[in-house]
Amino acid sequence: MNLNATLFAQLVVFFILAWFTMQFVWPPIVKALDERAKKIADGLAAAERGKQDLELATKRSTDALREGKEKAAELIANAEKRGAQLIEEAKLSAKTEADRIVAGAKAEIDQEAVRAKEQLREQVSALVVKGAEQILRREINAQAHSDILATIKQDL
Amino acid sequence: MAAGSAAPTSGEYIVHHLTHLNSTGHAQKSVIDWTVINIDTMFYSIVLGLATVFVLWLAARKATSGVPGRFQAAVEILVDMVSEQAKGIIHSAESRKFVSPLALTVFVWIFFMNAMDLLPVDLLPKIGEMFGIHYQRVVGTADLNAALGMSVGVLLVCIYYNIKIKGLGGWIHELFTAPFGSHPLLYPINFIMQMIEFVAKTVSHGMRLFGNMYAGELVFMLIALLGGTATVFGFVGHIIAGSIWAIFHILIITLQAFIFMMLTLVYVGQAHEGH
Repeated sequence: MNLNATLFAQLVVFFILAWFTMQFVWPPIVKALDERAKKIADGLAAAERGKQDLELATKRSTDALREGKEKAAELIANAEKRGAQLIEEAKLSAKTEADRIVAGAKAEIDQEAVRAKEQLREQVSALVVKGAEQILRREINAQAHSDILATIKQDL
Repeated sequence: MAAGSAAPTSGEYIVHHLTHLNSTGHAQKSVIDWTVINIDTMFYSIVLGLATVFVLWLAARKATSGVPGRFQAAVEILVDMVSEQAKGIIHSAESRKFVSPLALTVFVWIFFMNAMDLLPVDLLPKIGEMFGIHYQRVVGTADLNAALGMSVGVLLVCIYYNIKIKGLGGWIHELFTAPFGSHPLLYPINFIMQMIEFVAKTVSHGMRLFGNMYAGELVFMLIALLGGTATVFGFVGHIIAGSIWAIFHILIITLQAFIFMMLTLVYVGQAHEGH
């Protein structure tokens, strides 16, 4: 173990090697390490986000499904109600129409009856006059008694 | 194993293996001689240093934020480990831009240099001998110069951040007033304590690594000597002891590299904290 100038040479080599490492070795490796750490962190964050998105989407689709079902049920209920209403309305209008027809028919029947009565009355009076005429032709002058006949005819 | 034709004694074998290939061509005489440089340590530490930055650069070049390959993932694990440790110790993001890469480099580089210990102790010296190189030590960190060189480097970084964070005046003020408090009588004691702290930190930082690797290398040599006896006991002993020590050493080389890196971060972190 002797000391000599090797010590100083080694000292210089020591600093040259350290300088080289500082300049050309350390920065790229540390940079790569940092970048990779960041990449991994980003990847994990993205995965987390993806999971959240999936959860949200699942929830949304469930909601949409439920909403659709509700809407469909409502539509069916509405349609049923509307159908019932239509039937109800149809019934009502049919009944009104029937009533109207019945009333019309009744009125016509009444009219017809009045007319028939009138006719009948006229025929009966003519018949009566004719009968009376025949009776009276034998007994009295028709002219003389025509006013009486007219009164009778009026009363009939 | 030595240059001569006669088989060396155990002592010669060990001493030969612990002799550096230096600029003088023979073993260094004095304990400290700044005119000498260890060529083997420089060669292996620079080659392994280049291998370090090349491997790291390969991963950095193709680094993407996409799915990483196995190689990229391995380097990323390393970078992330160093980065996390640095974040826990150094709170200034600005300082981390330099200190974290420094810690990473130190970790990988020391790991590579330590790992040279796992090669058979005689392999590279033997190959060297074929090319006329008679002395060679392949474990850079088992050379005190290399270990202390790096720990002095860390000391310089600490001083730099001390001045940068606290200002030159602030740091000098701290040198005289901490740890015991601001009183003229305490100034010299504080200063001496601070100096001892800096020296102790740096020396223990380097010595810890050097000691572990030097001892490890020595044990490998002793195990090789055991095999070198060319007896059944020696052969079996070499295999068993060598395997056990090598497996244990995988832990040591990683642990020592990690400890050096952690202490680097801790010392630089301390430079950021005011007393």
